[in-house]
Amino acid sequence: MANRVAIVGTGQTFHKSHRPDVNGQELINEAVKRALQDANLSINDIDAIVIGNMDHFEGINYVDCWSVDGSGATMKPIIKITTGGTTGASIAIGGYHMVASGLFDKVLVIGWEKNSESDTTGAITTAFDPVWDRQVFAGAISGLAVEAQAYMARYGATDKDGARVSVRDRMHAMNNPHAQLRKTVTVEEVLESPMLADPIHLLDVCPRTDGAAAVIMASEEYAEKITDKPDWIWATSNRHSYTYLGDADYGRLTSMADCSREVFKKAGIKEPRKEIDVIELYQPYSFAGIIWIEDMGIIGPGEGPQYIHDGNTDMGGELPINPSGGVISCNPIGATGLIRCCEAAMQVMGKAEGRQVPDVNFAISTGFGGCWWTDMILHGSSKPQL
Amino acid sequence: MNKGKKKEMSEEFKGIEPMICDSKISVPYSWWAGETATKFLSSLRDDKKLLAVSCSDCGKSFVPPRKVCPTCFTDNTDWKELSGKGTIQSFTVARRQLASIPQKVPVIYALVKLDDADTAMLHFIEGVEPEQVTIGMAVEAQFAEKRNGTIQDIACFRPV
Amino acid sequence: MDNAAIIGVGMTSVDANRVEDTFADMAFESVRAALDDAGMTIDDIDNVITTSNDFWDGRTISCMAVGDASGAANKNVSCVEGDGTFGAFYGLTRALSGSYGTTLVTAHSKGSQSISSLITNAAFDPIYERSLGMDMVTACALQANAYMNRTGTTSEQLARVSVKNHGNALKNPMAQLGMDITVDDVLNSEMISDPLHKLDCSPVSDGCCAIIIANEERATKYKQKPVWVKGVNFCSDSYFFGDRDISRVRSLEEAAAKAFKMAGIKNPSKEIDVAEVYDAFTYQELLWLEAMGLCGDGKAGALIEKGTFDVNGKLPVNPSGGLLSGHPVIAAGLIRIAEVVKQLRGDAGDYQVDGAKTGVAQGVNGLSGQSHCVWVLGSEK
Repeated sequence: MANRVAIVGTGQTFHKSHRPDVNGQELINEAVKRALQDANLSINDIDAIVIGNMDHFEGINYVDCWSVDGSGATMKPIIKITTGGTTGASIAIGGYHMVASGLFDKVLVIGWEKNSESDTTGAITTAFDPVWDRQVFAGAISGLAVEAQAYMARYGATDKDGARVSVRDRMHAMNNPHAQLRKTVTVEEVLESPMLADPIHLLDVCPRTDGAAAVIMASEEYAEKITDKPDWIWATSNRHSYTYLGDADYGRLTSMADCSREVFKKAGIKEPRKEIDVIELYQPYSFAGIIWIEDMGIIGPGEGPQYIHDGNTDMGGELPINPSGGVISCNPIGATGLIRCCEAAMQVMGKAEGRQVPDVNFAISTGFGGCWWTDMILHGSSKPQL
Repeated sequence: MNKGKKKEMSEEFKGIEPMICDSKISVPYSWWAGETATKFLSSLRDDKKLLAVSCSDCGKSFVPPRKVCPTCFTDNTDWKELSGKGTIQSFTVARRQLASIPQKVPVIYALVKLDDADTAMLHFIEGVEPEQVTIGMAVEAQFAEKRNGTIQDIACFRPV
Repeated sequence: MDNAAIIGVGMTSVDANRVEDTFADMAFESVRAALDDAGMTIDDIDNVITTSNDFWDGRTISCMAVGDASGAANKNVSCVEGDGTFGAFYGLTRALSGSYGTTLVTAHSKGSQSISSLITNAAFDPIYERSLGMDMVTACALQANAYMNRTGTTSEQLARVSVKNHGNALKNPMAQLGMDITVDDVLNSEMISDPLHKLDCSPVSDGCCAIIIANEERATKYKQKPVWVKGVNFCSDSYFFGDRDISRVRSLEEAAAKAFKMAGIKNPSKEIDVAEVYDAFTYQELLWLEAMGLCGDGKAGALIEKGTFDVNGKLPVNPSGGLLSGHPVIAAGLIRIAEVVKQLRGDAGDYQVDGAKTGVAQGVNGLSGQSHCVWVLGSEK
């Protein structure tokens, strides 16, 4: 019989641009220990471990095997799931299925990255097809710039609209002691920061970060013994449809639209704008914060800029987005999607400290990566009706 | 000898020689050693001393050192100096010049159990003919003349 | 565990160099074959798991190369990095989780496109070990030596594994290296790293495999008689060689014990009719059999000399020819599962083990057998 699954504990490092004091295994261990503490469990209580990062960012092959001292996987089942930038969300989904299947009751999910150790752009470029795409692709930013240009051309948005998203997220990060970048910015400062690829400025995009996050998922039977307020996983969905850059529909994130439809249908959500209380959006650059919430069906096409300008997605607004400060404030890539999941879980569990949104019933966390891929998880405070 | 099957090329591809694109990916790395490894490697470089660290809960002593005990999950804080002597648990003699091997073969790799620690470490064996190396042989760490804070500040282990 | 079954298998042949194929071509070919085998279309597949490795493929996000060729467009899909048996495990959990009824699992690599020594050297710890220059071959040679020292297993007994498996491969049209060789041929072949000769080592090959896993409800809806998953588990040992006794494999002992227990098997050596194990090197077949309890500890060498593990022996091991006859990393373990499925269906053609009803497939991840995944399969529910 398939199990209901809940997140019962989370842990993160205090993410920084460089962590010279620890090696990768030690970084992982910090997050693991915090998650165990949060759930009041010991490593002996864990039945299986799911881990993820992007290999070429650390230069270590068979990371699941290498990690065991830090991940606690000695003489336990450990498996590595990796899907590029969206790894953090994919591993959460992996942990969910491990428990839902009935094969394990308590699964530890770990996402991590030590981006300071490698040439991130050099590594990302190898994601793309060596024959067709790699020679014209210059790391993550170029593709994102194309998307922003396409959206601006279609709907008349400007770079000020993108900048307003950065302003929001950097403001939110001030409430999050785990975030890497904790300094507010203004629209002017964003527009004056160096141009990377038109219309994307330096302050429109995410940093590179060393950090780790861990989440403990438990079956219904155990979840209710471990915590009074589990974060129930209602639905998961993903679409990793594209391989070649030329196949994508620039200016609209089709994968986000497809995932949202699937998740909302599974959960019986008819008006996401009303029914969702908070979103932790994997938003690698500012414009995504406009475009992708339209694709999610929160508001209509082209309505994003005004919705955001009016403060609806700020703390205290109708639908806060990225209370954690999001990816623009912190990006240890293999962990980033899992941090979104952690933060959404903390919101549901009432553990989000200075960045808590009141009375959270439903939260969404997403992942983004690869060739315009989306992963999505719906979190809820009550048990899902299966 | 069974010949491997070559896939049948459909009509439109007949006569077209498959092209090969040669490429290399270049992703340079530097890894943070962290404080624990830094202490260990600095000791090799500066003092020509091999250190181990122990878990205060289970008492197991580790070389290479670990910041946290893998089974107890408690911080390891008890450092001690090792004699550098140990016993060969297993070894192999690389004869073919595999791409990963930095020196000219034959190269002897061994797993050496340090006398006063609970774990073993991988390293080279030198100063003995490959045919003379045995499991159980007593060996001792020999430090390199030029040391810069890497595991190769130990040049090799030699028979005692 | 709820009932689940494997209802389709397909693979490319295993070759030294599939120069006409990209990763996507291999994925498409094996997925097409698996769907045909199952009597399904891609629309009958509810979700997809691909298995690949970024280092072996030379691509970050290696799964991207095969996603659409594996039918993942507009479907839920994920990717495991590790041996195919691990990818299949995740695929199994997705068929049991209530979200999906059928999961397609693929696993691939092209050894011909890379320098394997450098790739496996990258599995060593960058701070304490990597600069020594060991790779999978020297690491496994180290383990082979420790195993032979502990158990008294001889080089001749190791060579018997190579003779048996290459000989078995002559009857397997998908195998790369079917050969009629002798123990002397193996012992006279080039010594790569003591005690492993060239013919003690598997080649590094190209290949892709696909299987389809279904929950109980969907398992009987298609062409094939289902092969049921009776028990499954995986387990990892310590990472640093010096932290474990490498002459033994406690992680495999654990994974196998749990998988057999799930399957209700008390005496594996008597109740298992066929085994496909991860013989990347000759010594591994013997060591893994002992660790799984398929024969007594230290006894595998003597038993292989008696012919116990021959195709017509008491416990046929690697009737397909195993990895010694062709080793596409990552796909390797998934092919072991596919081969057992074929045996239990009676579909193994010229290398069929008569009356096989229960079988075990095993895969390995990491250096010198650190992490293992064991699958126990049966033709009856």
